[in-house]
Amino acid sequence: MTKASTASDRTPSPTLADRPATGKVSVRNVTKVYDPEGAHVVALDGFSMEMEAGDFVAIVGPSGCGKSTLMNILAGFDTLSTGEVYLDDQLLAGPGTKPLPGSDRVVVFQQGALFPWMTVLQNVTYGLMKKGELTREEADAKGLEFLERSGNLAKIASSYPTQLSSGMQRRVEIIRALINDPKILLLDEPFRAMDTVNKNRMHQHLLRIYQATRKTIMFITHDLEEALFLADRVIVMTTRPGTMKLDIAVDLPRPRHHALMASDAYLAMKQQAVLAVREEAKRAFDRGEREMA
Amino acid sequence: MNVTSLPARRASNRAVERYLLTATGLVGFVVLWYASVKWLPIDAFNRLPDPLSVVVEWTSPDPDYGISIFTADYYTHIFYSTYRALAAFFLAVILGVPLGIMMGWKKSVRSYASSLLGLLRPVPPLAWVPIAILMFPGVELAVIFVTFLVAFFATTMNTLVGVKAIPEDYFRAASCFGASDRDVLWDIVIPGAMPSIFTGLQIAMGAAWFSLAAGEMIAAQYGLGFIIWEAYNLIQYPTIVIGMATLGLVGYVSSSIVRWFGKRLMVWHEQKLGMAG
Amino acid sequence: MSDPMSTTVNDTANPPVKRLRKSRWTISSWNWRGFVSIVIFFLAWQGAVSFGLPGFTKIPGPSEVVQTFVRDYLFSPHYWHSWLVSFERVFWGFALAQIIGIPFGLFLGTSRVFNNLVFPVFEMMRPIPPLAWVPLSILFWPTNESSIIFITFIGAFFIITINIYDGVRSIKQEHIWLARSLGASRSRIFLRIMLPAVLPAIAVGMTLGIAVTWNVVIAAEMIASDSGLGRLTWEGYVSSTPPVVIVGMISIGLAGFLSTIVVDMIERRMMPWKYKR
Repeated sequence: MTKASTASDRTPSPTLADRPATGKVSVRNVTKVYDPEGAHVVALDGFSMEMEAGDFVAIVGPSGCGKSTLMNILAGFDTLSTGEVYLDDQLLAGPGTKPLPGSDRVVVFQQGALFPWMTVLQNVTYGLMKKGELTREEADAKGLEFLERSGNLAKIASSYPTQLSSGMQRRVEIIRALINDPKILLLDEPFRAMDTVNKNRMHQHLLRIYQATRKTIMFITHDLEEALFLADRVIVMTTRPGTMKLDIAVDLPRPRHHALMASDAYLAMKQQAVLAVREEAKRAFDRGEREMA
Repeated sequence: MNVTSLPARRASNRAVERYLLTATGLVGFVVLWYASVKWLPIDAFNRLPDPLSVVVEWTSPDPDYGISIFTADYYTHIFYSTYRALAAFFLAVILGVPLGIMMGWKKSVRSYASSLLGLLRPVPPLAWVPIAILMFPGVELAVIFVTFLVAFFATTMNTLVGVKAIPEDYFRAASCFGASDRDVLWDIVIPGAMPSIFTGLQIAMGAAWFSLAAGEMIAAQYGLGFIIWEAYNLIQYPTIVIGMATLGLVGYVSSSIVRWFGKRLMVWHEQKLGMAG
Repeated sequence: MSDPMSTTVNDTANPPVKRLRKSRWTISSWNWRGFVSIVIFFLAWQGAVSFGLPGFTKIPGPSEVVQTFVRDYLFSPHYWHSWLVSFERVFWGFALAQIIGIPFGLFLGTSRVFNNLVFPVFEMMRPIPPLAWVPLSILFWPTNESSIIFITFIGAFFIITINIYDGVRSIKQEHIWLARSLGASRSRIFLRIMLPAVLPAIAVGMTLGIAVTWNVVIAAEMIASDSGLGRLTWEGYVSSTPPVVIVGMISIGLAGFLSTIVVDMIERRMMPWKYKR
């Protein structure tokens, strides 16, 4: 179904962490229909994809293409109509199963969802405390350690999120996710509202994290360039019903840096991808035209 | 040097100007009041009490009409009104906040309760006065009930709005981290609705005094509303203004206390406002 | 600084999927529970009366209320006259409060001198409950009708003004600068920027104002009038015919509800962009 990602064959660069044992995702023929009695909106139609443990996959598509639906199903916020989703060969969602969110699949949200009434440290340790394995002191110590490790952030531990810049908030939110050692990190257009400078910084930050942890990452965005720069695989979706249209293997070396964006390899890759997406878009447009007539 | 001192001087000029204007406004108000009552040849104005007689009466150790800051009666009335307002207010908080939270959080509770509230809410609280007197033994409880009613609606509705305004993502994030239903209530719903709850409490406090004044005028034997109406009937006009001013003052102080308490409780919210400017 | 692209994308980002789901929820899962709770309310009321529970010994049941209404009131011109009288008072109080409150609030928000001069006095008067004005109002105004309208006006005036004032202060200074740099005249800035910007505040003031207005009219009628729905209710109590009290309450609720619908319609007209989806 999927064009095998060449990234997995590539020898990992010395600093890239080893492929983890867990975090393999398998989405099989998933359909999601909203409102079966009324308007019958098909958000996802027979969508399938495989992610190996440690893959960094970006999903690109226009608004309303079902990429958020896909993520909601993975995260356990929503049900699916038909098909199955497996995480490490265990059934995560199928027809009739209850949506079940868990700390093995943590989401970083588009608008940011740090709890404004908790300090940074309280936010970061929230998942640990809910798991109930650590005492307050242990959780705090671990939280501080994580904050410190990702760029000396321990100094903001007792700040409230609203006192931080949006970039800083995102970093804290990512730490809040990572501290739970999730099998997969789900990022829902997390840098959408940022200006270019901050966005670039956040890209570097995210790449460093991936380099160090090699978590399975699903990154949702509408920005093709961002997707190509960050991911090993870019999946392009088409709108309504949401189906996979392209599966682009991004064969660029890691660690990546923004200089890469000016390299011939990247530009060639981008040109190829842009053309393919344009082709798809044109086809969809023509199809739409015909439907209208 | 000049560059920095110029705006500073302008700012201090502004402050002086502001102070002068405010003083002019207040003095002008009192003078205008006195002049229109005393000198304007219009009967309607001459019937009103003038500010001087009000102040004299208010501060007299031996007031003509029995109510001044030196009489025990004055404080008895204040005590009764405050007691009624606070009793109604706290009852409204104890019942209204949990109801609003449950309505905002659980869709089924909302469906049950909102239609009933929708049925009762259009009836203005003061229209409940007669039926309250019929239902409750004694006027005291009736007045408190009516006061409670306004405060209750304000608290419930604002709490409900507050819970509904919490972004869906907060709930999702909490569920990601394995928060149970009870955790969500304590960690998300209650703190998330807190700013709106406190807005509601402030409104409730204002509304409570609003209704209490009317309730006391219609049906009580003590209280500031009662003084106002009694003084009118007994042609003790300066006392009317004493009652009005005291009501305003006590109402203002109680709202300020609620606001202060809210700020204390929500450091995080306060800081957000500070950031916004 | 966020790029303009992202905001435009944001506007169209909400997939229609979500909206459809919402509308389904409101249609299918809201009705029966609300219906159940209203039915239970009336059954409980009837039951409490039938069993003579404490508090309900003097209260008529719903059936008796309906009987009284149909027999004595439905075709009584006196009853419908009460509707008319109360509506008139609400209308005048409300309209005057808008006509005076809106310019007053605009002026408070735009002129620093006027603000410094008047706002402290305004803030001093604001906490005084409107009904505390009843005696002074009766003293001052020549007719009973005008004094009730004045009290009603007071009730709505402060709320409307303070809303407009906040609305003006929340206008982005950039918009005014922009208009000024484009050479717009003062009157044009006022018409094209200020007025549209405070429209939402006017709407809020209207919604709050109409509710307060009914509340005040009813109480004022109970305290000091011989006509209107408030009086009808109070007379029901005085003449110990409790069904009349409830007929009065329901009528008041209905009247308030109808005025809210009218106000809503006006708001929709005023701000079509807010309601078009």
